[in-house]
Amino acid sequence: MRIPREHRLGWLLCAPAVLAMAAVTAYPVLAAVRLSLYRYDLRFPDARRFVGLHNYLTVLTSAVWWKAVAATLVITLTSVSVELVLGMALALVMHRALVGRRTVRTAVLVPYAVVTVVAALAWRFAFNPTTGFVQGLGILDRPWLSVSWSAFTIIILTEIWKTTPFMALLLLAGLALVPGDALRAARVDGASRAQRFFRVTLPLMKPAILVALLFRTVDALRIFDTVFVQTRGALGTQPVSLVGYDTLLVSLNLGLGSAVSVLIFVLVTGAAVAIVRGMGGALPEASFR
Amino acid sequence: MSDRGTALERLFWRATVLVVLVYAGLPLAWIVSLSLKPAADLGDGHLVPRHVTLAHYGAVFANPHFPAALRNSLGIATLATLLAVALGVLAAYAVVRLRFPGRRLFLGGALAVAMFPPVAVIGPLFDLWRRVGLYDTWAGLVLPYLSLTLPLAIWILAAAFRDLPWDLERAARVDGATRLQALRKIILPLAAPGVAAAAVLVFIFAWNDFMFALSLTSTDHARTVPAVLAFFTGASRFQQPTSAIAAASVVVTIPVVVLVLLFQRPIVAGLTAGAVKG
Repeated sequence: MRIPREHRLGWLLCAPAVLAMAAVTAYPVLAAVRLSLYRYDLRFPDARRFVGLHNYLTVLTSAVWWKAVAATLVITLTSVSVELVLGMALALVMHRALVGRRTVRTAVLVPYAVVTVVAALAWRFAFNPTTGFVQGLGILDRPWLSVSWSAFTIIILTEIWKTTPFMALLLLAGLALVPGDALRAARVDGASRAQRFFRVTLPLMKPAILVALLFRTVDALRIFDTVFVQTRGALGTQPVSLVGYDTLLVSLNLGLGSAVSVLIFVLVTGAAVAIVRGMGGALPEASFR
Repeated sequence: MSDRGTALERLFWRATVLVVLVYAGLPLAWIVSLSLKPAADLGDGHLVPRHVTLAHYGAVFANPHFPAALRNSLGIATLATLLAVALGVLAAYAVVRLRFPGRRLFLGGALAVAMFPPVAVIGPLFDLWRRVGLYDTWAGLVLPYLSLTLPLAIWILAAAFRDLPWDLERAARVDGATRLQALRKIILPLAAPGVAAAAVLVFIFAWNDFMFALSLTSTDHARTVPAVLAFFTGASRFQQPTSAIAAASVVVTIPVVVLVLLFQRPIVAGLTAGAVKG
């Protein structure tokens, strides 16, 4: 049986992309799974040996890991929920603004494009008692990055500042799809502004909202840069990515670190699957038609 | 909302635009201000510096690590962009124009890669890169950036390709043009805004990355600006060269702000196009 030309051309054109993506994701993840079953410490490479699930047992029974999971969840849940509300407001502004629409759209892209490390530094300096301006407001009489709750606040603020624009743009796409006719009909029927928003616009935007939630949640679970720059994980702010990084590249314990990596992979995949389930499996169709 | 609105409404929108500008600009304005203040004024709490000095910028460029990092960032991000757009164009063309088995699987796989946590692979990559000689090289960073941005590139390019008048391509092929010629001469020029959006977003990703740069480089050979910036600060917790860090931060922010100003329209279109299409 001959393979049609079109099939062969399709595979040929996708092959380079497939190879590039697999080389940096599929292959290393499998390698991480294998490494996670070994005692493999780069400082003692000769002591390498198979230990089964022992590394997972070590991680899952350690307080450090569970504290990091808690910190990651706190950061993710707070920032994503604030971003959803703020992003919706921003999307409405971008959608409806009578003046300065172009200015708003450009301004909003700035936080999105700024290097995360720079954003984290900017907020750290702003909250620093010497170099900042926030201390002058008199909200807290101690340095903000010296107390756990206020350190979390700064990390979450930075995340919100940086990624709300992305959320807003995805929601803007959803807003643009709400048919004007539906809104006009509701208006004729006497629905108030609020009723039109909650009863017509929001339900029609559900797919866009779920896509935005999916991307931002998965992204927030990976948080690393901001915490590295602002607290280096001190004061209980250490997220799971930082635990993985430290075990792998500071302690050079590739076996144990790989177990952490695999667990993070499972955590992120689980969250993604849960959200996709929540939207009835409509996502891949919706995003790629 | 076809009308231009009442005076009150216009005032409301002006105020709203101002709020958004302050939101987006304040942290950056603060860091620009810090970078321009002489050391003695650093703690004065003024947004507009009382005295302006460019000394910190001079200091940053006099430090040999920073110009090297800037060169690495520019080179690596540019290479990753060119490659991601090239591979993305081929794949997006196939996805939009051809019917072949595995097409859906390919798109689903790309979507999965888009959500991939980098920390899950830095260990094995670190191990592998050291063995095959990619550790602390440009290629060692270009490859991960290329791979992780391909989904975004394919997604934006496919969305752009779908809206094109493909009859033009068919006509060109009837006139004897090869597929490749038709792609280069007809499709790509028409899809230019989509190509620009994909390129800018890939560039921003590569310019932004911190974790791979931190894990897979160690010297001026390939270390990029975000990693160098973090180590400026990491040296001591008590004495930090705030002004120099601020100046360096401003320098790395300029290219992305320029890109955003130039390509606002295609970027917004690109980011929103794929999201809920269909």
